[in-house]
Amino acid sequence: MNPRGDSTSGSDGAAEPRRKSKKPRYSRFTQQELPACKPLLTPAIVVTTFAFIGIIFIPIGLLSLSASGQVVEIVYQYDTDCIPEQMQNDKVAFIQSSMTNKTCTRTLTVPKNMEGPVHIYYELDNFYQNHRRYVKSRSDKQLRSKASETETTNCAPEATTSDGSVIVPCGLIAWSLFNDTYSFAVNSKIIEVNKKNIAWQSDKEHKFGSDVYPKNFQMGGLIGGAKLNASIPLSEQEDLIVWMRTAALPRFRKLYGRIETDLATNEQITVTIQNNYNTYSFEGKKNLVLSTTSWIGGKNDFLGTAYLTVGSLCLFLSMGFIILYLLKPRTLGDPSYLSWNRNPDGHY
Amino acid sequence: MAGNMPVFHPPNDLAAPAEPGSPVMVAPLLPKSSPRRRSLSWRSREGRTSWEAFSVENLELSGSRPVASYPSKRSDSEKLGSQREISDDEARLVYINDPERTNQPLRFADNSIRTAKYSVLTFLPRNLFEQFHRVAYVYFLVLVGLNQIPQLGVFTPAASVLPLAFVLGVTAVKDAYEDWRRHLSDRTENSRTAQVLAAGGEFRPKRWKDILVGEVVKVAADETLPCDMVLLATSDPTGVAYVQTINLDGESNLKSRYAKQETQSTSPEAMSGLIRCEKPNRNIYGFLGGVDVPGSKRVSLGPANIILRGCELKNTSWVVGVAVYTGQETKVMLNSSGTPSKRSRLEAHMNREVILLAVALITLCSIVTILAGVWLTNHRDELDDLPYYRKEDFSGAEADTYDYHGVGLETLFSFLKSVIIFQVMIPIALYISMELVRLGQAFLMIQDKNMFDEGSKTSFQCRALNINEDLGQIKYVFSDKTGTLTENKMEFLCASVGGVDYSGGEEEAHSISVAGETLRPKMTVKTDPELMNVMMGGKGTEKAKQARDFFLALATCNTIVPILVDTTDPSLKLIDYQGESPDEQALVYAAAAYGFTLVERTSGHIVIHVLGESQRYDVLGLHEFDSDRKRMSVVIGCPDKTVKLFVKGADNSMFGVIQKGRDLDVIRATQTNLLAYSSLGLRTLVVGMRELSKSEFKEWQSAFESANAALIGRGKLLRALASDVERNLHILGASGIEDKLQLGVPEAIESMRQAGIKVWVLTGDKQETAVSIGFSCKLLTNDMTRIVINSNSRESCKKSLQDAVSMSSKLAAVSPGPENILTGTGSSRVPLALIIDGTSLVHILEKELEDELFKVATVCDVVLCCRVAPLQKAGIVALIKNRTDDMTLAIGDGANDVSMIQMADVGIGISGQEGRQAVMASDFAMGQFRFLVPLLLVHGHWNYQRMAYMILYNFYRNAVLVFILFWYVLYTAYSLTTAISDWNTQLYSIIYTALPTIVVGILDKDLSRKTLLKYPQLYKAGQRDERYNLRLFILTMMDSIWQSVAIFYIPYIAYRHSDVDGSGLGDLWMLAVVLLVNLHLAMDVFRWNWITHASIWGCIIATVICVIILDSIWMLPGYWAVFNMMGTGLFWVCLLGIIVSALVPHFTTKVLTEYFTPSDVQIARELEKIQNLSTATTSEILMNTFSQS
Repeated sequence: MNPRGDSTSGSDGAAEPRRKSKKPRYSRFTQQELPACKPLLTPAIVVTTFAFIGIIFIPIGLLSLSASGQVVEIVYQYDTDCIPEQMQNDKVAFIQSSMTNKTCTRTLTVPKNMEGPVHIYYELDNFYQNHRRYVKSRSDKQLRSKASETETTNCAPEATTSDGSVIVPCGLIAWSLFNDTYSFAVNSKIIEVNKKNIAWQSDKEHKFGSDVYPKNFQMGGLIGGAKLNASIPLSEQEDLIVWMRTAALPRFRKLYGRIETDLATNEQITVTIQNNYNTYSFEGKKNLVLSTTSWIGGKNDFLGTAYLTVGSLCLFLSMGFIILYLLKPRTLGDPSYLSWNRNPDGHY
Repeated sequence: MAGNMPVFHPPNDLAAPAEPGSPVMVAPLLPKSSPRRRSLSWRSREGRTSWEAFSVENLELSGSRPVASYPSKRSDSEKLGSQREISDDEARLVYINDPERTNQPLRFADNSIRTAKYSVLTFLPRNLFEQFHRVAYVYFLVLVGLNQIPQLGVFTPAASVLPLAFVLGVTAVKDAYEDWRRHLSDRTENSRTAQVLAAGGEFRPKRWKDILVGEVVKVAADETLPCDMVLLATSDPTGVAYVQTINLDGESNLKSRYAKQETQSTSPEAMSGLIRCEKPNRNIYGFLGGVDVPGSKRVSLGPANIILRGCELKNTSWVVGVAVYTGQETKVMLNSSGTPSKRSRLEAHMNREVILLAVALITLCSIVTILAGVWLTNHRDELDDLPYYRKEDFSGAEADTYDYHGVGLETLFSFLKSVIIFQVMIPIALYISMELVRLGQAFLMIQDKNMFDEGSKTSFQCRALNINEDLGQIKYVFSDKTGTLTENKMEFLCASVGGVDYSGGEEEAHSISVAGETLRPKMTVKTDPELMNVMMGGKGTEKAKQARDFFLALATCNTIVPILVDTTDPSLKLIDYQGESPDEQALVYAAAAYGFTLVERTSGHIVIHVLGESQRYDVLGLHEFDSDRKRMSVVIGCPDKTVKLFVKGADNSMFGVIQKGRDLDVIRATQTNLLAYSSLGLRTLVVGMRELSKSEFKEWQSAFESANAALIGRGKLLRALASDVERNLHILGASGIEDKLQLGVPEAIESMRQAGIKVWVLTGDKQETAVSIGFSCKLLTNDMTRIVINSNSRESCKKSLQDAVSMSSKLAAVSPGPENILTGTGSSRVPLALIIDGTSLVHILEKELEDELFKVATVCDVVLCCRVAPLQKAGIVALIKNRTDDMTLAIGDGANDVSMIQMADVGIGISGQEGRQAVMASDFAMGQFRFLVPLLLVHGHWNYQRMAYMILYNFYRNAVLVFILFWYVLYTAYSLTTAISDWNTQLYSIIYTALPTIVVGILDKDLSRKTLLKYPQLYKAGQRDERYNLRLFILTMMDSIWQSVAIFYIPYIAYRHSDVDGSGLGDLWMLAVVLLVNLHLAMDVFRWNWITHASIWGCIIATVICVIILDSIWMLPGYWAVFNMMGTGLFWVCLLGIIVSALVPHFTTKVLTEYFTPSDVQIARELEKIQNLSTATTSEILMNTFSQS
């Protein structure tokens, strides 16, 4: 038979009468009859769900609260405190001057027994480590291997020194490395601060190369922060590694070290702070934090409270629904509720 | 052989039905002079054909044809042509057999056709241009462009281009493939060959595309015509040729065309002359022209003298014609405008919400920009050496500023960056998802075995892929009648002969043998054994004679052409009766079944095989059907030298001309039978005869000849003669023909009515037929008040409409009002039905009465439009479409439905027996009208609810992410950092959350098929826009904001005093948001099958894997962050807390609405579940339950 025997000679040329005469084969999929579960929110399910959430959440909340309660935390804000009386009006000048004595010794009282290890953090506020310009200002390639030393694409303005030689590590993040130091003593006896393993093992092994050594660092016109010992490879510069894991929020803590011994209640700790880091030019705060940890991290009552709130809200909703269902019962699937049964006018 | 298929066209013009209560009527004979045909004036370029011009029947005979052997083929163009000339500047001059001169000075288009859209060169620009008509794509293109600016480079360039490039690429490949197929078919078409008269005076093959206007072309039987030609000569001495126009207008019966006598006798090579004709236009039923034949007077040409490209020559061994319109200028090409692209209503509504989202986006960006500006201004002095800003640059020889352009410009950059970052607020993935979901839905619709037509072996077709969801919101269905509601198969069902009703019988093939060959009618008809016995019961009895005359009348009184069709058995041939009236075909088949087989027809005589012997009857004269007489008659010279007049016609016209005072019992009995037939919805005809005495015949013959020879008022003379001779008839009997309704039509209409869908029937049929079909398909019921508008002038139309308006309002006032709602019984008002005819519509649609019609039509429950022309059908659809928001659907099967199918929001073609035109123009095609029920009520409902939910969900999903990003920006000195890494952000809508919504969009079912069919009213949810509206959108957005707050602030507060790093917190936010949106989706899923499970849980697992992989790449800042996070209890407590507290409001609202203000769908869902539980059936295997009775 002529292939175009009954086709349209002129109309839509593409559309030959290609009738699909194949009968659709039956399958549960094509007929949309796959076995399926049809969940329905019956009163029983609703009440149970809410009650269940309440029953789960309240204990978790209590556990969180108790965990948080066991955490002992000493927070000491020293940015203003550590500036001599006479320099209070010009903090920036104090911190920028190389002549001033930046050592500052203070005594902290342990409020409650702190079991070791006690974590030492510094906490900065109003420091936008998450600023778009800042987070990008680094070169992961340069940090990882010596071969990529010249990869400084995003590092400007801290990519090279004024004579054009490459800065390692480049970029604003490294440049602004925190450089306050703390030492501790109890009853004139110095407490060892363990500065090992404060950075992530993964960073030390894979992100920061063991053959990459600091070079031309902090030699530019503007000193941003700490200097690095050029004889130690980056993979062992743990303070830098910690600092370069940029914080999520403008107020952040970073691990400084650990005190492995226990601190007893009411013990007097003498802290000697080298107050070098300039947060004064942008009104940033500096805190020293000593804290124990629990499974929930640091001291944090929020989650416990939130869980208790949500849990009790759900219990309340569960009760509320019981009452509502009792007050205004409706038979599920009663055809008389269908709109055309309620209102015959709608049906023509 | 396709042309000989026994496929009958509806008796649009010729129907013989009954209005209940007044038994009826009608003779099917007049072939093609109905308003339906002639008034088909598309926007003809000349614009001179218009409906008004043709509203009055014109029955003048045109000259130039042999005496009354064939029905005349007149047209208004011809009529007009005789009255006025086409002026030279608006005419096309064609010199026959002189293509050079014809194509001077202007060359007409050659005969090549081109349906392909692109060429290799134009493909890229044109396809892109078309694709970028989607505003969303322009938006994303702008963003991609912005992202390339170094200062703004938020994402890596490759990552930012990819999504858009992917979308464009996929679409381009699809378009290219389609166009390539069009190229192929164009090429095949253009390189077909035809016999063209060459210089040497002989016909040589020439490729179609090379045929020029003016060339003389010869076409043999069963060949397709290569261009529009004026017939010059045919193999038949009388100049008749038969063509099948199935590809042109979808009608499968043969149409006769005529060569003018003046050219018929000339040999092809000697042909010359000048044809003056209209410029090319779209009107396939009109042609106006004239030919100057040397040595003869000017002869006018009409539509009956041209044969059009795309038609096939049938039953004529050859024709010779001259090409007048070629290639793109042929009528078929001018008529093949592509389907206008449609956009679904949901998508149109969606665009409104997209604009709202754009406003929200701009707001967010402005907030960020203003805050960034303020921050920069406040810190202006510190920026130089701010550790995290450091605009001073000492790396050069001199101190410089680094990447800082002043507060103003930096603020502007902030704005642009924020637009780039928050761009997913307008979800690009949604556009791809929608395409994919529609594809999936289309697949399921095609595969639905409930929409597979066993009869014609056709399955459902989705031709348009972007309006699936419209199927769930239809409020008006405009249906064609013949072939759509009815099967378009006339069946002779019963006869009343001599006042006795014969309606029993079985089917048996009745064959005859002539000259060693066995002939058998193609269709079998049930014969009543009793009637057979009566007929065979000896020649002597009066009854037998009457019965024989009855069937002789059926076999002779028609214009049917018998065509012999070969079968595989060489000794057996089938007789296929071809004619323009299916009623006549049915009658002739019936006569054949009773032993009166019409075997042959020539211009002067017919051969009938009468009960075993062939007899030759001379056709001495034929009086055509006309609408005044409502009957037709033939004068037959019988073998026994008697001359008989056979008449058939509508009962009311026939009883007037039947001899009074004779056969009173028979007449009374026949009338009773007719009443019974018409109440069954049968089309009835009354048959009568009279033997003409010699003198009478002589008298008639001379009058007939002189009338035919008359130059002026021939039609009138012939009509008068017919009325004169058709009198004192002896009644033979009556016939009942069934125009069979398609299976399940009344049930389908009832279902749609319950579903709140108004069904309008638009038909070319006569009013009586339309009404009787209306009753038989339960569209009309006896308790309806009918408003009938049949007017001939504007004023009377106006008056009728105004009367109708006041009547409908009066009825509304009379009917019981609110108290009825309280009692809850009975229907609230009298149902109204509007019946309006084409002539009235001409006045209404062209004058400013549309508003009145709209008012009346919308209060009526049923509207029946009769005698409407194709363009009027479109006009009626437009009447509703332009005045309301309601969705319209048009369904039809013929070429005359094309305009309406294209006009309606959703066009459906019945791919039944008629041509392909309706299917080609349609958005969906299927085999049967009743499939509308599963299509609309089941698939439409599902598609609508799925798509509606998917759109809202996509908005929600992206908004949650954008708001999280926004909250974070507030804590980054407004510097537009994202804690969530670029890759996670980009993958979010592509991998992390895309698949479940697509799967749910394709597979989720709120209700089972069984429930949807049981309660058609559930369809109204779609009509009410229940699943997608502004309120839902706002609620969804409020929910998004709450959820984003929960996701962002719970970790924010929990980690405020910790040493968490940005990437770790980012991972927590990412995992939380992915988990949350997927659980949110899971909560809204109605039916969980294994695919849903796999996709939702799979997606969550895939996300975790992706996040882990991303955090295992040392290059990225987030290296190992997720492992460190997952190692802490805080992470898990946060995650659980986020999920629960974010979802509690959504869950609570869902419970409250479902329980206390349940929608119909919700109650039906409960019903489904509870019934299932109580009967403990295995849930899902609910087979097709739609009644097949």
